[in-house]
Amino acid sequence: MKEILAEVDRWRAAGHRIAIARVVAVEGSGPRDPGATMAVNDAGEVAGSVSGGCVEGAVVEEALAVLRGEHPRAVVTFGYSDDEAFAVGLTCGGTVHLFVEPLDW
Amino acid sequence: MASTTPVFDALRSALDDARPVAFATVIEGPHTGAKLLVEPDREPLGSLGDPDLDRVVARDALGELESGLTTTRHYGEHGEARERTVGVFVESFAPPPRMVIFGAVDFTAALATAGKLLGYHVTVCDARGVFATPLRFPMADLVVNEWPDRHLAEIGHRLGGRDAVCVLTHDHKFDVPAIVAALATDVGYLGAMGSRRTHAARVWRLREAGVGDTGLARVMAPIGLDIGSRTPEEAAISVCAEIIALRTGRTAVPSLRDGTGPIHQ
Repeated sequence: MKEILAEVDRWRAAGHRIAIARVVAVEGSGPRDPGATMAVNDAGEVAGSVSGGCVEGAVVEEALAVLRGEHPRAVVTFGYSDDEAFAVGLTCGGTVHLFVEPLDW
Repeated sequence: MASTTPVFDALRSALDDARPVAFATVIEGPHTGAKLLVEPDREPLGSLGDPDLDRVVARDALGELESGLTTTRHYGEHGEARERTVGVFVESFAPPPRMVIFGAVDFTAALATAGKLLGYHVTVCDARGVFATPLRFPMADLVVNEWPDRHLAEIGHRLGGRDAVCVLTHDHKFDVPAIVAALATDVGYLGAMGSRRTHAARVWRLREAGVGDTGLARVMAPIGLDIGSRTPEEAAISVCAEIIALRTGRTAVPSLRDGTGPIHQ
């Protein structure tokens, strides 16, 4: 959380809307622990990270969908636990659960 | 104009000030996204949508904060245990607890290493500059050449229940002022190394220095749990285990202080 604060300040000053994605659970090996946080603004700019780079792209898409109101704030899962449902995998073979929400609190 | 993001603003102010804070978010169930910000000795900010749930989560979050844990917990809608309707993600933002070790002796490196393993911010302090060098204690976050009481006069006000002071100096000249100064802080653990005989002599000197029964009762000496440790590394584990047990209020194994037998058998 701390590492995104300065960027979030700049974005808010510039009038951007922001989504926050936080790792809430990791199964198997995962590069980042629960609490790892990434912020995404409505222009698609990113601060922080939630994995070793494996799922960041998909998280940005999810964050933008949440900001557009197309997806509810909710837990999203990436990993190999369900090959059919999740196109994005972690190279380490783990599964990561993220809570993605707009910064409106 | 009122802030549009009161919880975020309060969280950020706590983080800026390095105040310990627990941040709870409903991530599944009714009121998904609801927030509760919990700080020790302050009214929680926000709500998870139910006053009973708020109360239970605030209590649990303070416990998580004390251990520095970040986890998801499940409850019923009104905070019932053993139900799983509501998933609450509790994120702990706690500055690492501090371990201050006085005395750059053989055992210091082992204890500093064990302290780092447990997540402590470790300071090694010894007035003798030849012994206390970062080269000898590369695992320590801070190596200070200073008299113990002077160092505590500087940092003592920052010590609290999660922190530990270990006095390993083995020399009345250093350890009596160190213990007296540590007793003036709110530090949760205060241990002092030395044999039973050394400590008996030390108790006499501490009383001379004005320390009463309440103060003496705070001193864990001889330091550590009675687990039969022999090497410096084993002794470090015994001290760390005693620190954990004291913090959690458990007595898994008798402390050496509470026995009368020999420390080494």
